[in-house]
Amino acid sequence: MHMHFVQNFPFMGILLTLICAVLSSVLRPRAARVVTLFVIAAVTCLTAGTLAYTVSTGESYVYMMGHFPAPWGNEIRAGSLEAVSLLFFMGVIFCAFVGGKERSFQDIEETKYNIFCILVDLVILSLQALVYTNDIFTAFVFIEINTLAAAGLVCMRQTGRSLVASVRYMIMNLLGSSLFLIGIVILYTITGHLLMEPLYDSVQLLVASGEYRVPLLMVVALITVGLSLKSALFPFDKWLPGAYSNSTPTGSAILSSIVSKGYIFLLIKIFYRVIGIENIFALGICDVLFVFGVIGMIMGSVSAVRATTTRMMIAYSSVAQIGYVYVALGMRSEAGIICALWHIVAHALTKSMLFVSASALDAASGGTHKRRDLRGVFYRNPLAALAFTLGGVNLVGVPLLNVFITKVMLMEAAFDAGGLHMAITLTAMVISTLLNAKYFLGTIQTFFTPKRDEQAVRVKNSFSLTVGLVGFIVLNFLMGIFGSQVLDIMVSGLACFV
Amino acid sequence: MREKPEGLLKWAHAFSAFMNAGDERLDNDLVFSQVRDADQDVYEADSYEQEWAEHEQEEKQEVIERLERWRALKGYRAARRAYALLCVTICMIMIVVLLYTVGSLPAYGDPNHPINNEVSARYIEKGLQETGAVNIVTGMILDYRAFDTLGESTVLFTGAMVVLFLLRADAQSHKYSALAQTMKDSPHSETFYEPHRDVILQKTAMILVPVVLIFGVYVVLNGHLSPGGGFSGGAIMGAGLMLYVTAFGFASIRRFFTYKTYQFVVLIALLTYAMSKCYSFYTGANHIESIIPLGTPGAILSSGLILVLNICVGFVVTCTMYAFYAMFRKGEM
Repeated sequence: MHMHFVQNFPFMGILLTLICAVLSSVLRPRAARVVTLFVIAAVTCLTAGTLAYTVSTGESYVYMMGHFPAPWGNEIRAGSLEAVSLLFFMGVIFCAFVGGKERSFQDIEETKYNIFCILVDLVILSLQALVYTNDIFTAFVFIEINTLAAAGLVCMRQTGRSLVASVRYMIMNLLGSSLFLIGIVILYTITGHLLMEPLYDSVQLLVASGEYRVPLLMVVALITVGLSLKSALFPFDKWLPGAYSNSTPTGSAILSSIVSKGYIFLLIKIFYRVIGIENIFALGICDVLFVFGVIGMIMGSVSAVRATTTRMMIAYSSVAQIGYVYVALGMRSEAGIICALWHIVAHALTKSMLFVSASALDAASGGTHKRRDLRGVFYRNPLAALAFTLGGVNLVGVPLLNVFITKVMLMEAAFDAGGLHMAITLTAMVISTLLNAKYFLGTIQTFFTPKRDEQAVRVKNSFSLTVGLVGFIVLNFLMGIFGSQVLDIMVSGLACFV
Repeated sequence: MREKPEGLLKWAHAFSAFMNAGDERLDNDLVFSQVRDADQDVYEADSYEQEWAEHEQEEKQEVIERLERWRALKGYRAARRAYALLCVTICMIMIVVLLYTVGSLPAYGDPNHPINNEVSARYIEKGLQETGAVNIVTGMILDYRAFDTLGESTVLFTGAMVVLFLLRADAQSHKYSALAQTMKDSPHSETFYEPHRDVILQKTAMILVPVVLIFGVYVVLNGHLSPGGGFSGGAIMGAGLMLYVTAFGFASIRRFFTYKTYQFVVLIALLTYAMSKCYSFYTGANHIESIIPLGTPGAILSSGLILVLNICVGFVVTCTMYAFYAMFRKGEM
């Protein structure tokens, strides 16, 4: 089979990121930052190339990592769904990295700034590998890298809180990784394969013959619980608020939008390409995800209402949004899965924008962390306040923006599912949306209420922060406006999964 | 700095921590806030800590009242017991379920075991011919599934970077140098973080260190011929370096192994690894014949890139192991 040069792009992106990360370990901090920017730009271009190619051919392709085909060697696999998600994720990383640049310089010990850049590179590396992987053990190896690098990002500020948050993060995520690993080991024992295509065939045979029913059930349970623990599905969300709110803005944005989303993407990939989505629908696992998703949607919002700091509020709102993703997964329908995939990307764009703008707003209000001190902040830093407003309004669900599309799709999926699913989903959505509106609109309202007897002093945003925030706003609008095109690409990409 | 809670206040803290089990429980940062206080920089997190303390002060009175009622009911203790009981129950259920699962797995050594399929058959039958490595395990991890192993080496690199970030006491940095400075200025710093000069240990190390290092080199270089390879050989060499530093101190090891050496060796090793894998992945995927000869199986210079990769992995593992030890011991190399 002849290979086009474009087909090398995913592999080139992965290796390039790795080489640059290694190189950054001896570079000076500023040089390391340039290298990271280069990595982000290069991977974005390569992913755009892959996207153009896969959309034009309309199918996905397998890329051998070495001289040996499946089931002997490692492989990666690229399709339009992978490429389009990765492209948006890279956009998020770019804006988060640029937008949080200044704060990162203040927060991180200056002689160790290059290690921060290395960890960002490593997150990009593992994200690509998790998205493109066609081998379940490769997935585990890169989950390890992702977890370690993310734990490093949590403790970047080296304050007491961030160190404790990082230890919690580490413990909970290692628990998730080990459950995932046990799942893989059992799966390997009953099938003898690690690559996804042969695994899929063997699992179908096992399901048809009814052999090893219990181990197979355990595999699904362990992998699902492991990955949902790592992506902070309620009730495994206790590590999340501390980790997200004590990191640097770049760190929070990357953690909330990239690290946890990579795991959900992988989970969906495993559902489709390893276990088979019909088997998943036939099992009760969807209902479990659905129930916890619904509780997460409500509990996350309730905690967000009670939170006193903005960043804590946004962090808890992540728990609620992850709940939406799992409710969509629990619908037992193709429409639900598509909705989950869409919401992964939509939430990534919105949440990272909120984190970056919230830290700019805090800085403009004298380094506060309290929601109530943000009064009249719009008059001090209009751009950041607008970005935050856009993000908040988006999560509440306003037409033309991307989360609104999620809500519409989720409702459609719920109507298709009918019965109890529909009733519970709609009720939970109403409650969650109302709570969302309460805390986001309440906070936003304080932004626009000027402080009495005080002249607002306009804060001058640095160039990089402006670029980051404008980038976020543009990305969000792009995704909302070109929603149907992006959805088409996702649907056709998901069709290639089978 | 926050005072250590006494008596009833301790209960109040415990109670508020229990009620907010989650984010707000991150309060045990006394040690770190002490270090921060020594720092002259007014760091923005400090104001956060202070604000937090004030905030707690406001709510303290209210909490105490609530706590009185709560203690009267012994609710706190009951809740903790219930929590512990729940933990144990969940663990027991998990253990039983996993044991049951293991029980229904195919028996070990069964000829009809699912893992005895075409995958392992090819590894065993054609491994020597296709990879040139007598040791088929090495052939598998460094040739058939080399991408995973590249990832594993990167895991080590990631871990080393995070440990360096957290533990390296950098006296040059202005922001968080308090700890480093305290360590440097303390009256016994020269001896306190240094190992004790033990004569018995030194004499033993004099004999053992060369043997351990040479054995490590052997295990790495023979990785494609006999059991062993980069990971195990690197661990042996790392242990040798640790023994050396424990016996003779950091001043001695700095004559040939400093932070710069560490950085340089890891950089070269990982770059070589990544570059050579770049080549073999690219040629493999594009169906180009690799120009690297496999050599005569069994000879020391055989099995193509595997020997090079083993050496690279060996260097990375050695350096990472020693770096972990040095960081945890002294915070510098």
